[in-house]
Amino acid sequence: MSGVPILSLVTFLPLVGAFLILLIRDDGDAARRNIRNVALLTTVFTFAVSLLIWIYFDNAETGFQFVEKAAWLDSGISYHMGVDGISMLFVILTTFLMPLCILASWESVEKRVKEYMISFLVLETLMIGVFCALDIVLFYVFFEAVLIPMFIIIGVWGGKRRVYASFKFFLFTLLGSVLMLLAVMAMFWQAGTTDIPTLLSHGFPANMQTWLWLAFFASFAVKMPMWPVHTWLPDAHVEAPTAGSVILAGILLKMGGYGFLRFSLPMFPLASEFFAPLVFALSVVAIIYTSLVALMQEDMKKLIAYSSVAHMGYVTMGIFSMNQEGVQGAIFQMLSHGLVSGALFLCVGVVYDRMHTRDIAAYGGLVNNMPKYAVAFLIFTMANVGLPGTSGFVGEFLTLFGIFKVNTWVALLAATGVILSAAYALWLYRRVVFGALTKESLKGLFDLSGREKVVLYPLVILVIFYGVYPAPVFDATAASVKALVNNVTVSIDAAQTAAAN
Amino acid sequence: MTPELLSSLSLSMPELIIAVGALVLLMVGVFSGERANSTVTGLAVALLIAAGAWMLVFGHDGQGYGTAFISDPFARFMKFLTLVGAVVTLIMSVGFAKAEKFDKFEFPVLAMLATLGMLLMISANDMLALYLGLELQSLALYVIAAINRDNVRSTEAGLKYFVLGALSSGMLLYGISLVYGYTGHTSFEAIAAALTGGERQLGLVFGLVFVLAGLCFKISAVPFHMWTPDVYEGAPTPVTAFFAAAPKMAAMALIVRVTMGAFEPIGLDWQQIIVFVSIASMVLGAFAAIGQKNIKRLMAYSSIGHMGYALVGLAANSEAGVRGVVIYMLIYLVMTLGTFAFILAMRRKDGNVEQISDLAGLSSTNPMMATILTILMFSLAGIPPLAGFWGKWYVFLAAIDANLYALAVIGMLASVVGAYYYLRIIKIMWFDEPVGGFQPMAGELRLVLGLSGAFVLFYVLIGGPVGQMAEAAAKTFF
Repeated sequence: MSGVPILSLVTFLPLVGAFLILLIRDDGDAARRNIRNVALLTTVFTFAVSLLIWIYFDNAETGFQFVEKAAWLDSGISYHMGVDGISMLFVILTTFLMPLCILASWESVEKRVKEYMISFLVLETLMIGVFCALDIVLFYVFFEAVLIPMFIIIGVWGGKRRVYASFKFFLFTLLGSVLMLLAVMAMFWQAGTTDIPTLLSHGFPANMQTWLWLAFFASFAVKMPMWPVHTWLPDAHVEAPTAGSVILAGILLKMGGYGFLRFSLPMFPLASEFFAPLVFALSVVAIIYTSLVALMQEDMKKLIAYSSVAHMGYVTMGIFSMNQEGVQGAIFQMLSHGLVSGALFLCVGVVYDRMHTRDIAAYGGLVNNMPKYAVAFLIFTMANVGLPGTSGFVGEFLTLFGIFKVNTWVALLAATGVILSAAYALWLYRRVVFGALTKESLKGLFDLSGREKVVLYPLVILVIFYGVYPAPVFDATAASVKALVNNVTVSIDAAQTAAAN
Repeated sequence: MTPELLSSLSLSMPELIIAVGALVLLMVGVFSGERANSTVTGLAVALLIAAGAWMLVFGHDGQGYGTAFISDPFARFMKFLTLVGAVVTLIMSVGFAKAEKFDKFEFPVLAMLATLGMLLMISANDMLALYLGLELQSLALYVIAAINRDNVRSTEAGLKYFVLGALSSGMLLYGISLVYGYTGHTSFEAIAAALTGGERQLGLVFGLVFVLAGLCFKISAVPFHMWTPDVYEGAPTPVTAFFAAAPKMAAMALIVRVTMGAFEPIGLDWQQIIVFVSIASMVLGAFAAIGQKNIKRLMAYSSIGHMGYALVGLAANSEAGVRGVVIYMLIYLVMTLGTFAFILAMRRKDGNVEQISDLAGLSSTNPMMATILTILMFSLAGIPPLAGFWGKWYVFLAAIDANLYALAVIGMLASVVGAYYYLRIIKIMWFDEPVGGFQPMAGELRLVLGLSGAFVLFYVLIGGPVGQMAEAAAKTFF
């Protein structure tokens, strides 16, 4: 694979598709069909190419692979791309979810199809770029630029309160990110470069780490989102179109977790150690409090949104447990949550397309005339609960295992979240799917169409497959995570020895 | 002619071209009757381009007229920006003049004289040369602001600008006299030499404050910004575009030269003034723009905010800082020209409109215009990868290096507030129901808007060479 800039190829392929769509005149049904087809083909092709990354990925290598580097702007900013075990699977997750999103919007998006597809393809480029960037400024550019298409997607194709939701989403995330930008500048002057591999081995002074960590935390905690800065998420999720919610939950939230793993932990290990109790506290609050809030929701999407916040609590907890199990579990939890929450939003989208309401009270007894839908929804609900045998269990168990080694009380409190998540998820399922089919409006509903099967079945297969056999993921991430945990432990130990002397 | 005068003349050839050209064009305008405006505008544009071309081809470093006039890479870079601003706004005024019966040939002539004043300001290396250039520029601008003399708002704008401008000129002159009194010099280098090592006198600091107050008025930095919204709103739109583009470049260049040249040895004193002015401008620009309904008024507050951001770089008092200022002004110029090309194109059948609500649903009625304005608005808000982000990147990078953390944090937070009102324009264009589209854009406006959008969008690809040019300009002072 040497010589082929495969990461740039995967990153910018969607832009090519967006450019092609730009050339199609948006008039009439034929044009719309062409636009949809181009978007689907582009995303499928991108996914196929991105699979090559996984195939040629060397699991034993701890450093960055498929590295590309070119001079870019002055001030030592370079165009530097590469993936390691931590980032590689997020690229695959992104390219995998995109075709499903395009398919999910096939019929539900009728107005401005052209702008919609262009927004999604641009978004895909930016998201892949976030996970591939090996220059911190390049990372920031991708990270922040994501706001532009997402703002448009929520605002143009969203629900009733879309304007409020889009503004809140944009300004909340921007507020967090600008502080990170200042931290990036400070790091540039301290280390003389914005190159991530160099920064990883730089070793920032302890007092500086504290400030840098807080600035990065401001950005990633909002993106993640952690309690108490999670309030943009339910609004954005509820108002966004189905595919927008899938991307939001599936990929955008993971950027926060990825950021913690790529920057906060390895670059500021001392500050991470120092602030870990804070992160644990916020994580536990997120797990318990937002689970309780989820119980009370009457809107299906809002319920799943709050459950996302709770699940991200496990991720932050796992990351800052700073041991092999916790970090591996956090990565797995993120990947699994990307599949499961994406799938849940797609399930909501299926009934929303038919009934145009997300009120839980408007449903009931769907199992009677939508058996296939009921089965798929059940599997995703179980995965969301963390039932053994689904992918949700693996991540949750490992993060709890990791945190147990660090702090038993946190583990104990977090474990109650498992019960709470079962409560809200199963209750949602009962109210929507089970019971007698009494409501007149629901009686005419038909089961999954061919297109919906294509969207949901791959997710069912993957959720069960990775629940039973998670090894492919762990094989890919193990070496990089081990190196990461090792580096962090060594720096913390060194600092403690130095302090003792 | 002595050889010294000859070399001075050749050094200031662009200014001479414009000065003589403006006088000739005045005659041409008087005697050519009905179609005077378009002829004179065309010739004015040609002369400004000729002056710029002369500067790019034959421009060289040196001092002339004693030490009053200086030509260096920094001066040439900023002059180039000023000329671009003047030329583009003049070109954009042609269509407006035809449609709105705004056929006054005095506008291009006065714009040329104002541009001449700006070039002299940029090249000023002496307090008196500074004042002469500044006054030539200001007097021409006072008249331009009131050029629509049958319109109450335009006259009001001109009068307001004149009264406040005269006050600021007075302060500037008073400051210059204090500086002269305490150092005994008017030449920047001599002032710098006199200040080096010597004891810092209180009167001199007063002089410094007055000089900076006068200059801050010209870039409309808070607390000397009051005239900006009224003048922007009241003046005819091509005039507003001219105000927003050209004089800001010259005045910012002047501030940089005065602080980095003449007052370099007392950096700490002017640094705190600039920090205050910068914070005040960023915050006021962000908050005051939120409630605006008129897009020209909104751009006035936006420009106040952007001057605050440019000053962040200056506050750093370093080479990286000056580079940041230069890049910021370049990017600001391009974004402003594009936005005003758009505002000039906001035409319905019954004339131009200026309300932000007139943009409702533009993305379905004029998708291309709406898309480019969206790009410009995201860029003005400073969202990567657009050009506006890189402007902010360079100035804040310098501020962090100079340990101005409070300034940097406040500025960044202000930029989040500012993002709100740029987003509001995007929201109105994309999320609201259409109220009817605009007339098709004139060719020249289309070109300006397109080029500006392309520059903003593709800055990531050309940022390297631009940065190097700016770095060369910034090296002048170090």
